[in-house]
Parts: sequence; structure tokens; C-alpha cells
Amino acid sequence: MLKIKTPKKGRVKRELEKRAPKLVETGKKTLLLQGTKTSNTLNAVLTELYLLKKGSVVRYTRKNENIRPFESGGETSLEFFSLKTDCSIFVYGSTSKKRPDNLVIGRTYDHQIYDLVEVGVENFKPMNSFAFDKKLAPQVGSKPFVCFIGEGFESVEELKHLKDVLVDLLRGEVIENLNLAGVDRAYICTAASSNRVFFTHCALRLKKSGTIVPRMELVEIGPSMDLIVRRHRLPNDSLRKEAMKTAKDQPKKKVKNVSHDSIQGKIGKIYIPDQKLGDMALPNKSKGVKRERREGKRKNDPNKHASKKQKEDSM
Amino acid sequence: MEKQSQYEVDLGNLMAFNPSHHFASLPSSREELVKECLQEGTKLVQAIADQLFNLPSTEDIDGPLVSLPPPTTKLPRSKHLPKPKPPTKWESFAQKRGIKKRKKDKVVWDEQTGTWKRRYGYDRVNDDKDVPIIEAKMTDEPGEDPFAKRQAEKKIRVEKQGKNRMQNLKQADKVGALPSHVQLAVTALPITGTKAVPKKVTKHELGDVAGIVATSTASGGKFDKKLPGEKAPKKQGKQRKFLPVVEGTGIGSQEKEQTEKVLNKLMSKHSHEILNVDKAVTMYNVKREKKQKQRKDGQEKSSSTSSKLKPKNKPNKKSVKKGSSNKRKAK
Repeated sequence: MLKIKTPKKGRVKRELEKRAPKLVETGKKTLLLQGTKTSNTLNAVLTELYLLKKGSVVRYTRKNENIRPFESGGETSLEFFSLKTDCSIFVYGSTSKKRPDNLVIGRTYDHQIYDLVEVGVENFKPMNSFAFDKKLAPQVGSKPFVCFIGEGFESVEELKHLKDVLVDLLRGEVIENLNLAGVDRAYICTAASSNRVFFTHCALRLKKSGTIVPRMELVEIGPSMDLIVRRHRLPNDSLRKEAMKTAKDQPKKKVKNVSHDSIQGKIGKIYIPDQKLGDMALPNKSKGVKRERREGKRKNDPNKHASKKQKEDSM
Repeated sequence: MEKQSQYEVDLGNLMAFNPSHHFASLPSSREELVKECLQEGTKLVQAIADQLFNLPSTEDIDGPLVSLPPPTTKLPRSKHLPKPKPPTKWESFAQKRGIKKRKKDKVVWDEQTGTWKRRYGYDRVNDDKDVPIIEAKMTDEPGEDPFAKRQAEKKIRVEKQGKNRMQNLKQADKVGALPSHVQLAVTALPITGTKAVPKKVTKHELGDVAGIVATSTASGGKFDKKLPGEKAPKKQGKQRKFLPVVEGTGIGSQEKEQTEKVLNKLMSKHSHEILNVDKAVTMYNVKREKKQKQRKDGQEKSSSTSSKLKPKNKPNKKSVKKGSSNKRKAK
């Protein structure tokens, strides 16, 4: 026996509709959480990440024991949290002797783990260690510029994957209209070697130049860290294919009355309704056709001249 | 200005990638590294800005607004593509027949009251309950309530609509295109066939069942691994208590108690057979008075009858003998 369950409150219904799968997706939410053991640097990294992405990030501060992303059974908690908070990217921080200052950045598809990248953090410098002019500080939630430097991002498998994940993590919402006065931050990622990426966050200073395009200047404001790629897990092919499907891939609607010919190319058919010549309205009425004139002529047929008012009388 | 190196610029994401840069030799100090990174970064950012600021812009209050092109780097979706809803039974029928939807107004003119009334809902136009008189037809049976009949018909219609809605939702669910705010919940089917709501099992009931199941194991559930939070099973079966073998001389106090208990039980069972003292006393008194009366009468009549009188038998002793011995013992 089935029963239909609908929400009794409008607020619940609106929330459910927000979380429903959409044709064109906007803004992935990020989940920050930690394992049983975290170091000071890791805590600072997670806090700074939270501040950088404020507005579309959820921070969990408790220790989570049974999360082991790379093991088959240890992902259930992550999937549950992703379902609960509606987050499709997560950053899980933990420390151990073998993997100090470890961050696992992962993405989910339909609340199931899609792919994972494990990086170690070294040489972390927080925001407050950089001295800069307060006026340059970027606004919260502004769309950043993301730059990747180095051939490693193209040649090395793990770095390619990391680049993909970083773009997803850092880009923010996909927007159609951008206010040019509001560009004020940039993330720079440089592949220093085959497994080390130097990551930093800079503010943009726009200087006057001769042309419309201003001269860009980068001022480092932090945080900056070295990311060392440790492990990664790519999605399996079928899942990847399904996740990469977009709305445009759907079969185009058949356009009517258009056909293709090999000789003439594209041919279109136009259907014209029957013309009723008698009832048609002529656009430029010639003088003789106008009714008043005709009627006037019929009346004054005996008279040759059309009556003209004598002006002398009125004067 | 010619571009020295080709960067991959994705304007929709405000992203730039320089694939041709490589560190010939890793710079010795960290500051050098940082400087070089910033230099390269500036070049890339400038490249993006070049393209960005050359887009056609519209003036806005805060500044120039540009319309970004869609991003070129493909990133995976976070949720699956929504499946199109299958047409409902009515929709497919209407499509086949060519029936078009007509736009309906929210308010309709009501002739009877002369006002604009809702088409549906509270105080609507053609409400069933507003009909004051229903004329009887030839086909109507006497004794049939037409108003009740109308209500019953409406109920059937509403139920049918509910069933149709459920069918449409089930069809949508099969495809996977259920609307986001609707859930189809399965309520358990009772085996008995009655439509009774299955009772929720309480914690204690579960514990009892777990205990019963445990005793069905070879070792009676004694060595079963317990889940965290599971309590040990209650003592099952009859618990018998035996008195100590040796306790003092003669009858010990516990044995005394035991026997007393048994006796009390017996007494309470046969209490209706045991003597009712008050009744016996009144009976005796009544008999005595009777006898005295008789004697008086007899004396008056003749003195010989006195010899016929038997010696006074105390009825007490006879009847009490049975019960009183027990009583004394019990005390």
C-alpha cells in the first residue's frame, strides 16, 4: 500500500525544490570537516578556506572517527553528510604519522563519491602573516581569476586531476553577467615539480593604462601553501560519462519544414494561404480610388468645377 | 601586440592556463619561487583581463557590466539530469484527441446570488450543499435521500481522482521523474488481510524476542556476543528457591514460614467450609432457648418428660472438634 507524502509547509517545499536536480546547475556547496587528529596548520587551513568561500561552505568542527575516503567502507559518513547538507565538494583534513597535514578533496555525484585527490600541505602561511594595504582587500564572494602555470598540469595525471578539482573548488558560482569593478582576487597555482603545486591567493590592483584594459598587478594577501599530491582516485568511466552529460547533449527538437538537399543545401518550405484579391487592402490608395473623390465626382457631374469657397465673402 | 605564448583562457570561468611554462631549474630560495610565480601569474591575469575588458559592456550603477560567455572547461555535474515527466493519463488522452487547455478565471459570476464567486474552494459557485430543492423524477425510488445520494456520488468521484493521481505518480516514479516535493512511502502490508495499522514494536518487546531467539542457540544464549548497549537477558523460566538443608534444631524459622504460607493458602481456599464462630454461637443460643422453653412447657405439662430429655449435649464440642484442632495448631 503506497501513500503520497507531501510537505505540509511551503518553506519545506521550497527547500526541497532548491535541492532537486536541475537542468543547468549553479554553485556547488563545499563541506569542510576533519578527522580524529588534526594539527594546528590543518585547522588554520580549513578556517582560511572557510573564510575564502564564505556563503557557499559548511564547516563541521567535530572529530569524525569513521571517515576513510580511500577505503571502500569508510565513505558512508561522507555520503550521508553530503546528502544532509546538499554539498557536492568536500575537504577532509586529518593528520597521521604517515600522512602529516593531509587534505582529501573530493567530489560527489548524486551524493555518491565521484573522485578524490589527496594532498599534503607544507609551508602554510596564513592571511594575517601578509602585510598589505587594507584598501586592496577583496570583497567576500567576488568571482576570482584562477591561473594555472606549468606544463605539469598537462602532462602529469595526478596534476591534471588536481587542476580539475581545484577549478571546481575555487571558481564559485557560474554567472552570466559580471561587474568589471568587482574583479579583485586571483588564485595562482604553479606546478613547481611533478608532484608539488604552489598555491597562493592574491588581490588584484587595476592600474590605469592607455587602453580600456587596465594594467593588472598582483598583491599577495595569502593564504599560501605548497600542495603535495599523494594519492588520487579517478571516477570510473561509466560514472564519468553520466556526470559529464549536459542539457545541450539532449537530442535537438526537430525543426519543421526544413530539409537538407545534397545539391541545393538547406531548403525551407513556406506555406502561403489563398489570396482573396477582391478583399485585399491596397497599401497605396491611388487618387482615383478614394471614395470621397468618387462620390464627389458623381454629385458634381453636371457641374464642371468643384465648388470652391469664395474667400472674399468671409473677409 | 602579438601574443608571445598561447595561454588557454576560459573566460566563462575566468580561468587561464599556461601549459608551456616550465621551471628549468628549481629556484634556490623560496622568495625566488614566489616572485617567479607572481610574475607568471600577472601575465596570465593580464591575458584574461585583456579579453574580459574587450567584451561589449553595458553601464550599470556600480560599474560596467559584461555578459560572460559560457565556460569551456567541462566539469562534472553534482546531480543527475532531471528526467522529463511522463504525460499523465489525461494528458496523453487529450493529446490524442486534440483537446486544448482553456484558461479559466478564478472568479465566476454566480446568477443565484448575483455576486462573483470562486470557481473552487470555500463559498464556491456550484456547491452541492447550496442546492435547496431537488425535484423528484419518475425514476426515483421513494425513501431515497437525494442529498445523501449526491454526497455519496461526490465521494466516489473524489476517491477515483485520488486513485488516478496515485497511478500517475507511480508511473512517474517508475521512470524516475517524481516531482521533488512528493515522496511515495510504503506502509507495510499486513498478512492478515485486514487494513489494521501494524503496531510499532517497543524496546522491551524487542528485548524479549531477542531473548527468546538467544535461548534457541545450542548453549542457551549464554555465550552470544552482545551488541554495544544490549542488556543481559532477564532470568527466564521458573525460578525455584530451596530452603537450606541445615538450620538450627527442630523446625527452622524458614520452614515454619513456608508451612504457614501453605496452611494459609489452604484455609483461604476452604474458608467456606471452616466454622463460622458467630453463627455457631447464635445457633447454640437459639437451640438452648428452645429447649428451655420446651422444658418449661414440659414441666407444666408433665414431669416425666424431663427424663426423656437427653443430657445436654454441647453442640459446640461436636462441630468445633473438626475445625478448632486445626486452628489451635495454626496458632
